[in-house]
Amino acid sequence: MSDELNSTGYDIPPEMQGQVAITTLDKIYNWGRRSSIWPMMFGLACCAIEMICTAASRYDFARFGMEVMRPSPRQADLMIVSGTVTKKMIVQIVRLYNQMPEPKYVVAMGACASGGGPFKEGYNVVSGVDNYVPVDVYIPGCPPTPQALLHGLITLQKKIDTQSIKQVRWYQKEGSEVIPVPVLGPDIMDPREYDLIKQYTAEKLLKQQAQLAEPASETSA
Amino acid sequence: MSELTITVDTSLTARFPESVVPDERKGYAGYIVKPENLIEVATALRDEMGYDYLTSLTGVDYLPDGKMEVVYHLCRSTGGSPLALKTQVGRQDSTVPSLVPVYPGAELQEREAWDLLGISFEGHPDLRRILMWEGFDGYPLRKDWREAFFEEEGKPFKSRWPEGKVYRVEDKNVFNKNIDYPAGFNPETWVPEGDVALYAGMGRIEPVGDGAGMKTDQVIVNLGPQHPSTHGVFRMVVTLDGETILALKPVMGYLHRNHEKIGERNTFLQNMPFTDRLDYLSSMSNNFGYALTVEKLMGIQPPERAEYLRVMMAELTRISNHVWAIGFLLNDLGAYFTPALYAIQERELILDVFEAVTGSRMMCNYFRFGGVARDLPEGTLDQIRKLVNDRLPRRVDELDRYLTNNEIIRARGEGVGVLTPQQAIAYSTAGPVLRASGVPYDIRRADPYSIYDRFEFDVAVRYHGDVYDRYLIRIDEVRQSLRILQQVVRNLPEGPIQEGKPQYQVRVPAGEAYGRVEGPKGELGYYVVSTGKPNPWRYHVRAPSFINLTALEPMSLGNKIADAVANLGSIDIVLGETDR
Repeated sequence: MSDELNSTGYDIPPEMQGQVAITTLDKIYNWGRRSSIWPMMFGLACCAIEMICTAASRYDFARFGMEVMRPSPRQADLMIVSGTVTKKMIVQIVRLYNQMPEPKYVVAMGACASGGGPFKEGYNVVSGVDNYVPVDVYIPGCPPTPQALLHGLITLQKKIDTQSIKQVRWYQKEGSEVIPVPVLGPDIMDPREYDLIKQYTAEKLLKQQAQLAEPASETSA
Repeated sequence: MSELTITVDTSLTARFPESVVPDERKGYAGYIVKPENLIEVATALRDEMGYDYLTSLTGVDYLPDGKMEVVYHLCRSTGGSPLALKTQVGRQDSTVPSLVPVYPGAELQEREAWDLLGISFEGHPDLRRILMWEGFDGYPLRKDWREAFFEEEGKPFKSRWPEGKVYRVEDKNVFNKNIDYPAGFNPETWVPEGDVALYAGMGRIEPVGDGAGMKTDQVIVNLGPQHPSTHGVFRMVVTLDGETILALKPVMGYLHRNHEKIGERNTFLQNMPFTDRLDYLSSMSNNFGYALTVEKLMGIQPPERAEYLRVMMAELTRISNHVWAIGFLLNDLGAYFTPALYAIQERELILDVFEAVTGSRMMCNYFRFGGVARDLPEGTLDQIRKLVNDRLPRRVDELDRYLTNNEIIRARGEGVGVLTPQQAIAYSTAGPVLRASGVPYDIRRADPYSIYDRFEFDVAVRYHGDVYDRYLIRIDEVRQSLRILQQVVRNLPEGPIQEGKPQYQVRVPAGEAYGRVEGPKGELGYYVVSTGKPNPWRYHVRAPSFINLTALEPMSLGNKIADAVANLGSIDIVLGETDR
């Protein structure tokens, strides 16, 4: 551990070596966070089974300080979106994401969470959770093997290592935004897109009326 | 079809000459009954002819004929093949009488037909949408309904093949997502329907007795969809008096990924990997059921070695599913993760076999029409031999020794969540739930398929119908599966594994077929209608996890809230299959 932290460019006098460590704030802060990422206990579909297997004895992600799975979003650092995200469920997912305290990370596990996967064309399927919440790491596979999930989590750790307190969004003055919860209408609606939706449906109505009017005018002519 | 069924069938037309006619369309079987006589006929079938078990209920949209058909598959709980009963109505304002008064097991299935096909069931106690939300626009399984990412009616899409100019469907959509809204819709004036109807059905329930006791308040509690003990994204809404459950409604659809709509766009073979993802803990059994159904339509039989391989894989799946179910039932009872770790350890060994044989741990995609995809690689048979003759029997005994007489399990399980045999049949439960209630109904014996009639094994049955028995029956079934597997590895013949040449595009003659297997969760049925095209016209899955949930409320009424979790764990649901 001390080797990881002691690379600030300052030499430690020989008599102090092994007793004193010099590091930067970013480094020790990131090291603390990356070594105890608590995932939310939150399974969506098939990938959740592989996630459980990753937590179990053979693959054991406790080795990375991640064994504490929390059912409550208030106590979790990481949301592993493990499976197909449906329109009915995205409402809850956005809510859960908003409830997680910062710093928080999202891993899209598997093809469905990353982009809809085999179910992409489905009428109730959200083609990628990143349509609604920001994603840090995407893991390919259907489902990804436990090894692939571990690799994804290690990648997340590497990402955390490169972050700086000065730049991360949760320490900015303006704070980070709360994602508006989608509304279940005739189809799923993102409150940020209401204007676009209104424009689209108005155009669609005009087009339909024009189509209805056309054959009528032909017959009259 | 057995001779017994035929004799009863003729008596059905004799009994109702006016209202029942045999279904004479080519490739079809069963009877068509007039909607107004449906209840009368169903009651007679149940009470006089022994068809006491409603297996499956679904609808088919025959768009070219302008008809909606509701298809019922009825069975005898003593065994035999199912009887198909159909009723037809127009596509506008399709209304059929509800069969819930005759078969309470129709409740969730009728709601599903209403939700996805827009068939209204008159007299249904609680006809709401089930998989989609209230307020969703349209009935998605109707043939003229199109999703936002619609490309063509059937695959392979011209954009991919033969020219192969692939584009991203998102780019063609205004929103870059798969969403679409009706013309003239205004989101700002929209009031979401929410759960108003759901909660309205759960209002204050008058307590039993004279009310002289303590005055208590009733509360409605939501468990899920994000809850550690709902095995996924299932939601239960319960009305509580103190800790006692007065009403319980299952809410699902949070993992509804349009399996059937996509299945009707896919070619027959393309559906095979999708079936893996139904009950994702037991993909081999799902493959099995689908392969059997399409083989029924095609009229082909797999060769001997393939039959053995199929049974081998299906039984290994059953073992891996049941040890997992036991581990997670114990989780729900409060033995947090220790038994589950023992269970997962054994499951991993079986997954190793699957990975060696099929290339994938979970999504095996192993079965083909008329055979299986690959033969066993070198050394795998020895691996399986060691597993089924030595390792697994020992580990099952170990689970049994550690758990069965555990004081807490007995206290939490015995007498909790009791389902009587009459209830179990009436609510159409299947699999371990049905057999733990004292009904020895196992399709491997009741309506044998593949080569199960050659093996020696007992149908596991327990008689108390409580959580404890539903735990015990899974241990019993693992032992019986091991017995079958020991016979399979002893007798596995050499030979081809595929009838004819492996084909990408199979020719499936027009007609309908209902195929079913005894999956680990219960009766897994597929109802497929073919019109002779490369894609199925209708593709319906009779999902045991979904229909078993009908029995969750009767099981839990009067129990404590903590026991509802145990009841759910003992039914052993998988959401991929429940919501499809």
